[in-house]
Amino acid sequence: MQYLKLFVSAVLTVALVIALNSKIGPLPPLGKFMNPFSGFWQNAEGESAYTDLTLPLTGLKEEVQVHFDDRLVPHIFAKNDEDLYYMQGYITARYRLWQMEIQTLNAAGRVSEIAGEKALPSDRLNRRIGMGYGAEKAEEFIRKDEHSTKLIQAYCDGVNAYISSLAPKNYPIEYKLLNYAPEEWKPIKVALLLKNMANMLSVFEYDIENHNFVTQYGMDEFRKLYPDFPEDQDPIIPKGTKWEFGEKVARDKEQGTKETIHANSEKGTTYTAAIEKPDEIEGSNNWAVAGSKTKSGKPILCNDPHLKLSLPSIWYEMHLVSPNMNVYGATLPGSPAVIIGFNDSIAWGVTNGGRDVRDWYQMKFKDATRSEYEYKGEWLKSEQRVEIFKVRGKGEVRDTVIYTKYGPVVFDHTFGEAESNKNLSMSWVAHLPSNEFKTFYQLNSGKNYDDYLNALKTYNCPAQNFVFASRSGDVAIKEQGLFPIRNKTAEQGKYLSDGSTGVDDWTEFIPAEHNPHHKNPERGFVSSANQHPTDETYPYYYPGVGVYETYRNRVINKLLSENNGIDADFMKQMLSNNYNLNAAEALPVLLSLLDQSGINNEEEKILEQLKNWNYYNNAREVAPVYYEIWWNELRKMLWDEMSNPKVPMKQPSFYVTVKFLLRDSTSVFYDNLSTPEKETRTDIVTRSFHRIKDTLAANEFTEVSEPYGVDETFTKDKVNPKDWGTYKDTKIEHLARLDAFSSLHVYNGGNRGIINATNSTHGPSWRMVVDFGDMKQYVVYPGGQSGNPGSRFYNNMVNTWAKGEFYTANYVQRADELGTHKLFTATFKPNTK
Amino acid sequence: MKNFLPAFLLILIVSYALQLFLPWWIVALVALLAGFALKQKAWAAFVAGFAAVFVLWGAYAFILSSANNHLLADKIAELMKPLTGGNRNALFIITGTLGGLVGGLGCLTGNIAAKLKG
Repeated sequence: MQYLKLFVSAVLTVALVIALNSKIGPLPPLGKFMNPFSGFWQNAEGESAYTDLTLPLTGLKEEVQVHFDDRLVPHIFAKNDEDLYYMQGYITARYRLWQMEIQTLNAAGRVSEIAGEKALPSDRLNRRIGMGYGAEKAEEFIRKDEHSTKLIQAYCDGVNAYISSLAPKNYPIEYKLLNYAPEEWKPIKVALLLKNMANMLSVFEYDIENHNFVTQYGMDEFRKLYPDFPEDQDPIIPKGTKWEFGEKVARDKEQGTKETIHANSEKGTTYTAAIEKPDEIEGSNNWAVAGSKTKSGKPILCNDPHLKLSLPSIWYEMHLVSPNMNVYGATLPGSPAVIIGFNDSIAWGVTNGGRDVRDWYQMKFKDATRSEYEYKGEWLKSEQRVEIFKVRGKGEVRDTVIYTKYGPVVFDHTFGEAESNKNLSMSWVAHLPSNEFKTFYQLNSGKNYDDYLNALKTYNCPAQNFVFASRSGDVAIKEQGLFPIRNKTAEQGKYLSDGSTGVDDWTEFIPAEHNPHHKNPERGFVSSANQHPTDETYPYYYPGVGVYETYRNRVINKLLSENNGIDADFMKQMLSNNYNLNAAEALPVLLSLLDQSGINNEEEKILEQLKNWNYYNNAREVAPVYYEIWWNELRKMLWDEMSNPKVPMKQPSFYVTVKFLLRDSTSVFYDNLSTPEKETRTDIVTRSFHRIKDTLAANEFTEVSEPYGVDETFTKDKVNPKDWGTYKDTKIEHLARLDAFSSLHVYNGGNRGIINATNSTHGPSWRMVVDFGDMKQYVVYPGGQSGNPGSRFYNNMVNTWAKGEFYTANYVQRADELGTHKLFTATFKPNTK
Repeated sequence: MKNFLPAFLLILIVSYALQLFLPWWIVALVALLAGFALKQKAWAAFVAGFAAVFVLWGAYAFILSSANNHLLADKIAELMKPLTGGNRNALFIITGTLGGLVGGLGCLTGNIAAKLKG
């Protein structure tokens, strides 16, 4: 009997220990996770985490001091560049390790190693578009540059010094939750991170969607709904600017062949697979105003890149000082140097260029083995890349990706398409060798306009509009990226191409000095907001469908043109400007087309609010809610022809939609396919108006977070529970999509197409104003410096950001100038042992 | 009952010291040895082991969390809402109970083994 008792008791004990040490389903191993000695309680950061410390580090050449200010921004003072990047790596890993690793795992298509089978489709896509392939090429190319290699290695050494100092109890909490451990940081990961960024910002091409549309509705409708240039354009380089480099347009010789392909696509087949794209461009803004228009007589530069809002934030704020530089700004965790920022001589910022840098080719393979494909009447050998996925809880999964001379066959019968004759190969500029780090290093240490221009020369992908201002008084902007020279007459790259003809190959690239740029213009400012870089007179062709935004640029340029004596406060307010130009242009059209006969009392009030609206999407307004619902419902009914998931097509842009409603009294598109009757323009406008009250009734308005507005008097009880800020319901989501680690119900104004382009999930990921008058800089981002949800610096800046307020950057020349802003100092010494 | 308090203290102190550098499940072994060395009634052994680790884990979690103004505890309580109802106090109790069960069972096993040995 006693033996049985012993047996039962011992088995129970062992079973309990094993159960509590294992990951079961979505739960973390509970004993491992919850015990206070090594579990999550260790991540509950107390004030002792912010006390001075001295630490020896192997690999450091000289002593480095890191002063943290009261927002936990590190000010790194190093005596040489290698130590500087070593410490940048070390400190970034200290605060953002999990984030930087999961982002590279995502880029490498390895999330299923952590998250299991559910991540396999996105992992497969990331491998199939050749993220790893592109990163390998970049790494190989960077290794040829000794200087870059040395500094990137120093950064990796710093990250690894931090990782190797960690006991499991010190791991960031996400490792504990998901039960895995960080791995070594290598230069390929730096390359992967930049490819991740390139991928996020390269989705703006619609080759397959355009092809599908043309096959369904023909070229005439296509031209009407998808013009390359909008009528009211206000491009980055102002209209009418003369191009000094003249008529160097290559490749017009093959236009005849190209026209035949268009004809083919009109009767050709449609494709199901296409890379998912955002509904309408989220975008970014930047501008620089010359001294002629500022109060101080010196330039002011502003930038707010709009991205998916996430926690930990995509940016990590840093101040890097060495004998070669004194630079401050937003860094990308996992990659060395400052990406957006300023030093004592220059400032720069970026918006996405958005130019089409991905082309798709339909391939013809000889047989089912797909080992040979047709090219200019010959059979060329394809290559295979076997991708291995170590799926958690499932084991190894293999995926063979075929590579042609164009790049990977992303979509085929094993992925996205059902039929074996559909093989879509993708060419992408991010697959070409490049060294983006070099550009940022040169910008970080740059002194003047020439340095800026020189830094940009080698920058390839993702194409960015680099705005620039210098203390000496220059302002400039340049769209920089590597762009294939496209055949203008044939609109090369706008549609799906035939990979067997060789007609649409990328053979030459636009020289960097021919990329659109602009220095010290007469009007006294430069700006960009993801609009067209140029007007139609630019000698090189680029497809313009769905790629460019047409609203924010016009608002920005109007404000900057009309105002003089501009100061930093004006700029700060401008970054939070909520004027909705789309509504201002669309609403009068909608109202004029509305049939008001069947409108009830509730709708009378809605109509009244809309008629009296000043077109500002401020948080406290209700009219923007009505407009947003009306506009979305209208587009849904009007463009229902383009919502078939089996035949992906691009919805015409907001801009085109307004023009279409205004001018086209009849069209096949007014008919709603899901109803038996044939709708007219009035039917669509009126029916979508009636949807406002139903949608409102069905919407769950959630209580917003504190605080509620710019002024202190606006307290919670004054919030209209059905206003725009509440309806929009901005969410800053944790990267593992855990609500408990996210900032929910953030109350603020704005929307896409508005300077303050904050919608429910995207928005200004970093706001910066650099004033060369008094050398003061103002920054803010929707997050916090620490990636640890258990730190008081995890999301402490969210409310400041939501209110449109800023922090003054502690851009000090010497550490003692930090004064009372200093939180603590960490001193790192070379390990002499 | 004369061995109850010694067993409780022994498990609490030794578990604390060893967990600073050994994995969490070492508490099972510590409780087992204490249960083996200090003779008492079986139920008392279980309670001593349970109470020692419950107090150790619960109190240490509370101390760490207090220094953090319970910022993280509130988030984890939210994350594990089905278990905690979103209440952080439940989290301290769950933490203590998990450790307590391991300590209690370990101590009981040691106790039974000691009795077999005579």
